[in-house]
Amino acid sequence: MVKLEASHVSKRYWLEREGNEVLALSDVSLSIEDGEFMAIVGPSGCGKTSLLNIIAGLLPYDQGSVSTDGRKVNGPGIDRAVVFQHSSLLPWRTIGGNVRYGMELQRRFDKAAMAERTDYFIKLVGLGGFEKHYPSELSGGMQQRVNLARALAADPAVLLMDEPFAALDAQTREFMQSELLKIWAKARKTVLFITHQINEAIYLADRVTVMSARPGRVKDIFSVPFGRPRSLHLKREREFLELEDAIWQLIEEESANIGVVLAPD
Amino acid sequence: MRPKKSFYQRHEALILGGGAVAITIAIWQALWSAGKISPLFLSGPSAIVKQFDYGLTKGTLLADMRYSGTNFILGFAMALVSGVAFGIIIGWYRTARLVFDPFLNALYATPRIAMIPMIIIWFGVGMWSKVFIVFISAFFPILVNTVGGVRNMDRDLLRAARAFCASDWQIFTTLALPGAVPFILTGIRQGVALGLIGVVVGEMFGGSQGVGFMVAYGGQTFATDTLFVGVIIVAFSGILFTWLAERLERRFSRWRPER
Repeated sequence: MVKLEASHVSKRYWLEREGNEVLALSDVSLSIEDGEFMAIVGPSGCGKTSLLNIIAGLLPYDQGSVSTDGRKVNGPGIDRAVVFQHSSLLPWRTIGGNVRYGMELQRRFDKAAMAERTDYFIKLVGLGGFEKHYPSELSGGMQQRVNLARALAADPAVLLMDEPFAALDAQTREFMQSELLKIWAKARKTVLFITHQINEAIYLADRVTVMSARPGRVKDIFSVPFGRPRSLHLKREREFLELEDAIWQLIEEESANIGVVLAPD
Repeated sequence: MRPKKSFYQRHEALILGGGAVAITIAIWQALWSAGKISPLFLSGPSAIVKQFDYGLTKGTLLADMRYSGTNFILGFAMALVSGVAFGIIIGWYRTARLVFDPFLNALYATPRIAMIPMIIIWFGVGMWSKVFIVFISAFFPILVNTVGGVRNMDRDLLRAARAFCASDWQIFTTLALPGAVPFILTGIRQGVALGLIGVVVGEMFGGSQGVGFMVAYGGQTFATDTLFVGVIIVAFSGILFTWLAERLERRFSRWRPER
């Protein structure tokens, strides 16, 4: 069953400083099955964050359509929740208050249910005991856990993740990736995960969509053949590295193409 | 193990600072007692204490303090309520900001003392001209800081709130207002300092009561001990109110990273 569908989405930006228009996304079509983990990789500037914002309902688009469960997306909705690259936590609220924040805004749960869910998801992301701490007292990795708990607590059908681990150091990122898979195994959401790291995409996802740069298009979609649960050792295995290399070549070729386009001859 | 600190190490600031003040007062008193200081130019500690006691028991010191205190509190309360309310409106509605900005910039740049003669024409020499001077002195810092606080909303937080379907009202109450609190408190601290100047200067300009009047009167009659009593009262009120405002600021900033 298709959970999330984007068909023929195009997005243009007007660049005030240069006085011209740029095509950020051109005819992008994606469909994600219920419960599927889909990752999108692409060179920087390929419009992957724009695509996520469009699906989240935060950014208007020019052509095409986006739908969840067959219903057209018109702005933000309770069926989707976003985990941002910057943890975007309210600094004056405690961890408990931040996890509750999304639920509070959406007004779907009563007080008792909110308290229960807050408690459950704080424990799920491994932050039990930190309810009364403020975000400034937490490390970057812990802040991203809160960010994830806030999104999950709102009980979305689709979880949209916008390079959530990009700002973390390499070690913390690897750890967070395996943690995310454990949490996902329990929460079982449909996930769209944006990243610029190919091995992160392969390690996490069921399918990896590769996007091309300027204008952003879907270049290819790879199915990841590895079963679950996956251990971090998977990343050193030959089959994994081959897939990573194949995707890498596709992106490199793409970057080279832009180089030719951009270089005046 | 935590290293043991001597009595001196634990109270270093108090011992050095308090000691310096005590020594200064002692030297001042010694010079005064020896008759080296003309009472026309400067008073002495014992004379000031005597005058303070006289003012409290036989004079009008209590009534003056009550009068100045009332003026200050009334004016400051009005400045606080209207400054925060008006600041929120100007900070939140772009149109309101564009309309009021020229007036506010002009008024903000004008020294409030230049307006006192006008204020006395409007309100007379009674207490309401003083209340208004305190009001207008404290109003601007509170207003300007509130506007800045409301406008200072974090874009990432705004995006997150929107993604969770926040309404404008929810964004206002959960992001704009709490985010503005530290700014409003800074405005309050600045407003306290300027309001105190306002009450003293206002009373110097006209009328016949209050601590400000006492200072001006003491000066005009070469009663330096009376003058000093007034100055010391103003100084201590300043320290007290600033301390209260700082405590309030700290109370609302527990979530800030420790510096």
